[in-house]
Amino acid sequence: MRLIKSLVGGVAIAALATAATLGAHTTANAQQRQLVINYDDLNPAPKSSFEAVVEKFKAENPDIEVITNIQDREAYKTSIRNFLTADAPDVAAWYAGNRMAPFVEAGLFADVSDVWADNGFDETLKSTKPSMTIDGKQYGVPYTYYQWGIYYRSDVFANVGLEVPENFDQLLAACETLRANDIVPFTIGTQFLWPAGGVFDYLNLRTNGYDVHNDLTAGRIPYSDPRILEVFANWKKMLDAGCFIENHATMSWQDALAPFINGDAAMYVMGNFAVAPMRDGGLTDDQIDYFPFPTINPDVARAEEAPTDTFHIPSNAKNPEDARKFLAFIARADIQTEWNKALGQLPVNADAEVADDKFLQKGFETLNGAAGIAQFYDRDAPAEMAKAGMEGFQEFMIKPDRLDGIIRRLDRIQARANR
Amino acid sequence: MAVNADAQMVADAPTAKPRRARRGTLAPWLFLAPALIFFTVYVIAPIFQSIWVSFYEWDGLGEATWVGLRNYEDLFLYDDRFYTALTNNIIWLVLYMLAVPAGLAIALFLNQTVTGIRLYKSLFFFPFVISQVVVGLIFSWFYNPEFGIVGKVWTFFGADPPLILGDERFVTYGIILAGLWPQVAYCMILYLTGLNNVAADQIEAGRLDGAKGWRMLWHIIIPQLKPATFIAVVVTVIGALRSFDLIAIMTQGGPYGSSNVLAYYMFETALSEYGYRYGYGSAIATVLFGIMMVYISFFLWRMWRDERR
Repeated sequence: MRLIKSLVGGVAIAALATAATLGAHTTANAQQRQLVINYDDLNPAPKSSFEAVVEKFKAENPDIEVITNIQDREAYKTSIRNFLTADAPDVAAWYAGNRMAPFVEAGLFADVSDVWADNGFDETLKSTKPSMTIDGKQYGVPYTYYQWGIYYRSDVFANVGLEVPENFDQLLAACETLRANDIVPFTIGTQFLWPAGGVFDYLNLRTNGYDVHNDLTAGRIPYSDPRILEVFANWKKMLDAGCFIENHATMSWQDALAPFINGDAAMYVMGNFAVAPMRDGGLTDDQIDYFPFPTINPDVARAEEAPTDTFHIPSNAKNPEDARKFLAFIARADIQTEWNKALGQLPVNADAEVADDKFLQKGFETLNGAAGIAQFYDRDAPAEMAKAGMEGFQEFMIKPDRLDGIIRRLDRIQARANR
Repeated sequence: MAVNADAQMVADAPTAKPRRARRGTLAPWLFLAPALIFFTVYVIAPIFQSIWVSFYEWDGLGEATWVGLRNYEDLFLYDDRFYTALTNNIIWLVLYMLAVPAGLAIALFLNQTVTGIRLYKSLFFFPFVISQVVVGLIFSWFYNPEFGIVGKVWTFFGADPPLILGDERFVTYGIILAGLWPQVAYCMILYLTGLNNVAADQIEAGRLDGAKGWRMLWHIIIPQLKPATFIAVVVTVIGALRSFDLIAIMTQGGPYGSSNVLAYYMFETALSEYGYRYGYGSAIATVLFGIMMVYISFFLWRMWRDERR
């Protein structure tokens, strides 16, 4: 007992001594609070724009020492599972929708509904609120999103005398006209599967609308539902009209840009991030343009795909107070305006301004008129289903006659993924 | 000189009987201990852990739920991707064996004394030195119907180039061919060293008895190469079963899972972006382990039998 006492005493004295010598330092530390932020994009534009935002945050909060860790996107997807449990940062970048569900269910993302309520985000960030909400609580704050749609070569369209298709029949007719001129109507690269998910989503959103998309990805309706079979029937029409490039299964989405840039292909169902490599490939804004995916069923309200990138506070964060400050900061209209100008994407905050870029302006217009915003097939559906589903889409594009088998398999996997 | 003296001392040292006995029991275990401990912790234990995980459903984050044999039930009864992967594994095993005779052929061809033969040998060995990732990339370009050599040759003859990596009928064979390239080189090196040890007097004797060509090869050379053949078969079987990197680089198991093998399918379900089903992945790993065990036990049994003789 005495030994313990003397030990405790010794430690106390040592601690006092350290405190005394480091007195000046500790008071400084009390003001220099650390905020660790993990971000997931090393590409030049996103990286520099993120760094600029952090600089601004530092300027407004000189008492917070901000430490950033920026990683490559694919590596980040793996490492987030480790760092959230082992050594959590105070703020972590991630994605909306079902993609954040595993972390929320495992209790690794903190509830930030208070940030939403305190800053009036329920109004300003209204468009993405459903995809940030699980069980009535918000688990993150969005900072950017971008539209999907059809990017096309306006010069090629003009050469063969085509107008922008307004409805599905016109789109199919456009495919035939382009084929007659030896031009591939749609380029696509399905090696990594997800571009096929974009086509499926749009066919589904235009055939059945937003609610069916959500019901399907949430597992409330099966793939053998007649409404979903109709989506595949419409897709079959596109395949029969020769709409898609042949060897898409061996191309990544970047590989598939080559025929588009060469002028061998005229259209591409893609997200707005494809515009930068198109410009880098030597295309000018006079040659490329954007139109929303055409109407299939005129009775269906137009919904769009707009994957949203977000920031979250891990439950194990050491400095959740300053992390909340940061989340409130990045959702501010002025910050989102500038950030997305640099990023070449759309701000989520309704009061923010959109950059003076024709694709962003058109995208903004499209999304504002949308009846609903879907995240993306592989962000809305559970991971296991997303993989199997997109493999099924790829198989369907190559072997459309196997539809029955594909549907049976998807139903089975859906039943398992949601059990 | 000094070396000789040391050898003498070592030979003389264990004279006292009790000391020698103690050494005989303890020393080998002491020397084996580090290897044994690491082998147990990093190889044996994970095998049982992985089998244990296969009875759970677990995403690596939340709580694991005990599901008994359900993962195996799903795997064997409902998962046609699994059967595609299993079939591909068998195709890999069979076709990969071509590396053994092909390696022998090249080794026989290179086993001669010509000026610069060392250079030729190293050139033939080259594919084994470069990384599998590079091999995979080179072959994906090679097969590309637009700018690859396959595309160019087919177009030259006025035919439509086949889409090797995008067609479920060809894709597995295309990847196996890429894998054979370094594997043949590996078998060749094994046979080349084996050929160095072929007894010249037996060849001489065979020649006196009138053996030539195929008969010489089949009755004199190949029996003497048995150890090399044994190793070549073992490494080729293992190489075929763990074929992973080429698939990851060239197709990611695609198109729609048709070039998958068990090793990659396991990775995909347990660790890839759309996976994180550790229980299911572990069940696949257990099946793969079972298949490997068949081979490993067979080879261990043979080695044990040969050593006893």
